[in-house]
Amino acid sequence: MSLASSEISTTGRQLPDRLKSPIQRFLASWELLLLGVAIAVFILNSFASPYFLDPWNLSDATFNFTEKALIAFAMAMLIISGEIDLSVASIIALASTAMGFAVQMGAETPVLILVGLGVGLACGAFNGFLVTGFGLPSIVVTIGTMSLFRGISYIVLGDKAYTGYPSDFAFFGQGYVWWVISFEFLLFAFMAVLFAVVLHRTNFGRAAYVIGNNPVGALFSGIRVPRVKFALFLLTGLMSGVAAICLTSRLGATRPSIAFGWELEVVTMVVLGGVNILGGSGSIPGVVIAAFVMGMVTFGFGLLNVPGIVMSIFIGLLLISVIALPRIAHRILARRKV
Amino acid sequence: MIQSFFKTREVILGVAILVLLIAIASRFPAFVAPRNLANVFNDTAPLVILALGQMAVILTRCIDLSVAANLALTGMIVAMLNTIMPGLPIPFILVIAIALGALMGLANGLLVWKLEIPPIVVTLGTMTVYRGIIFLISNGAWINAHEMSPSFKAFPREVILGLPVLSWIAIFVVIGFIVLISRTPLGRAFYAVGGNPHAAVYTGINVGQTQCAAFVLSGALAGLTGYLWVARYAVAYVDIAGGFELEVVAACVIGGISIAGGIGSVGGALLGALFLGIVKNALPVINISPFWQLAISGSAIIIAVAFNATSNRTKGRVILKKAEHAQ
Repeated sequence: MSLASSEISTTGRQLPDRLKSPIQRFLASWELLLLGVAIAVFILNSFASPYFLDPWNLSDATFNFTEKALIAFAMAMLIISGEIDLSVASIIALASTAMGFAVQMGAETPVLILVGLGVGLACGAFNGFLVTGFGLPSIVVTIGTMSLFRGISYIVLGDKAYTGYPSDFAFFGQGYVWWVISFEFLLFAFMAVLFAVVLHRTNFGRAAYVIGNNPVGALFSGIRVPRVKFALFLLTGLMSGVAAICLTSRLGATRPSIAFGWELEVVTMVVLGGVNILGGSGSIPGVVIAAFVMGMVTFGFGLLNVPGIVMSIFIGLLLISVIALPRIAHRILARRKV
Repeated sequence: MIQSFFKTREVILGVAILVLLIAIASRFPAFVAPRNLANVFNDTAPLVILALGQMAVILTRCIDLSVAANLALTGMIVAMLNTIMPGLPIPFILVIAIALGALMGLANGLLVWKLEIPPIVVTLGTMTVYRGIIFLISNGAWINAHEMSPSFKAFPREVILGLPVLSWIAIFVVIGFIVLISRTPLGRAFYAVGGNPHAAVYTGINVGQTQCAAFVLSGALAGLTGYLWVARYAVAYVDIAGGFELEVVAACVIGGISIAGGIGSVGGALLGALFLGIVKNALPVINISPFWQLAISGSAIIIAVAFNATSNRTKGRVILKKAEHAQ
């Protein structure tokens, strides 16, 4: 992301003499604050509507965020490494169109899954190749591929839609594993754990942080920067493919406008989860809680009959204020010290 | 020197546009008739105006994704004003539209300047907020042609010296930008801030303020276009100009304006916008479905940005170049 405007700050990062204890750090963490917000939203919602606390309603509410969160996990790693992918929603459209096309060719469910994942991977590889192979800024490249991928869907489908998905394909978006636990929610939980382990406990995850903090330093310390970035774009593409499978299965139809505007919600989810948009810091637990907050808020609004576009105002304001508020607070605190 | 002249983006784009026109004319000569070319230019005028505003923003290392939403919101507000007060003279409406647009640009600019929030985040956010506000104030309803006063609708179509007012406004904005960019301290500051922010600070330029000014400029032009758009198409609703911000950015990138800031010219932005406008208008003529347009502008962005990177690659000192290549 070469559009960073805050490159002007001249002082380096201040390192404290002694690290705070883990409990102290947890108490002052963004995640705890977010958890508080999540609980507050939950309580407010249960007061606002008598239907909120029904287990099946809550289960329905999870569909509001599971698919977006699947992408958000990969996007979090990508943003931590200092890049961004705005084409994720368009990858969903293209993968979904490819699956719809495969259905017309008479493909069965296993083939559809392969097609969805394959298209996701291919799109991710294309983005990654353009960014790492030519050294292009990811923000422009993915604005371009955002038009290109969805554009291909429009060329294929125009104003038509693909339907007629096989009945066993519906499981991925509509199936329940146990009682109110849907397949999507289980997948979300599994991926949350998987990504938390990959980001916080492996060399690969550590490399993402190092690259985001100092790409040149990362290169000097022997990290294969382009290769890691390419892998992260692949991963984001793959997770968009997974989300495309879930969403297509849930809707049972493909239109070229599918998942329109999701890139904004995914980025908002990641930023709300405490990931620095300029790269270098953030955590998966934060993104998980942010996913719950956004899902619960949209669901609560839905129960109160608030139209979708008003929710998007809220999401836009949320995106700006979660970045603005800590900066304002920081500034007030700094002024008090002087 | 002649060699370097042929390597400039404006010349390459100009040749590309000529080739495109000749190719279309070889099968559909009516397309290059002066009358039709004037129509194409008039159709592209909003894109030209917005691309110039966007250019100022991109020059300062920012990006403004909220222009289309700004345009739509201003358009809706002036259309509502017109239905309430049909007698309001056009100059008033123009001033209101420009002021409203500038105000929305100022909101972006202040967030970038005072709070140092990355521009992409700010404008992604305000993009949805502005669009949402249209829904709130209009309740999702359309304002149709019969609700607007005749003079309100007629202004952009009024023909002066063979060209509609809309085209003339685009021409004046282009001239204004040439003067602004090459003859004023602000124009210099845009380049200085984008080219090297640190050096700009040392030469006494306020980086944040300059970026804010670019946003206000881009917003004001979006507001102006908002009125022209609504009046020309004689309809205002939530989704007008949806996704237009991408076309605007595409026009800039195709025009050789470097997304890393500091590089670009008025001619480049103008030709980039014209290129997209000609493609858009030619598609129905050569019998290609308009559904191709999104993919074409996407490919154009990717090709242009790859081209920018290879032609503008800095010859500076690169440590570890070998290591980079070894991978």
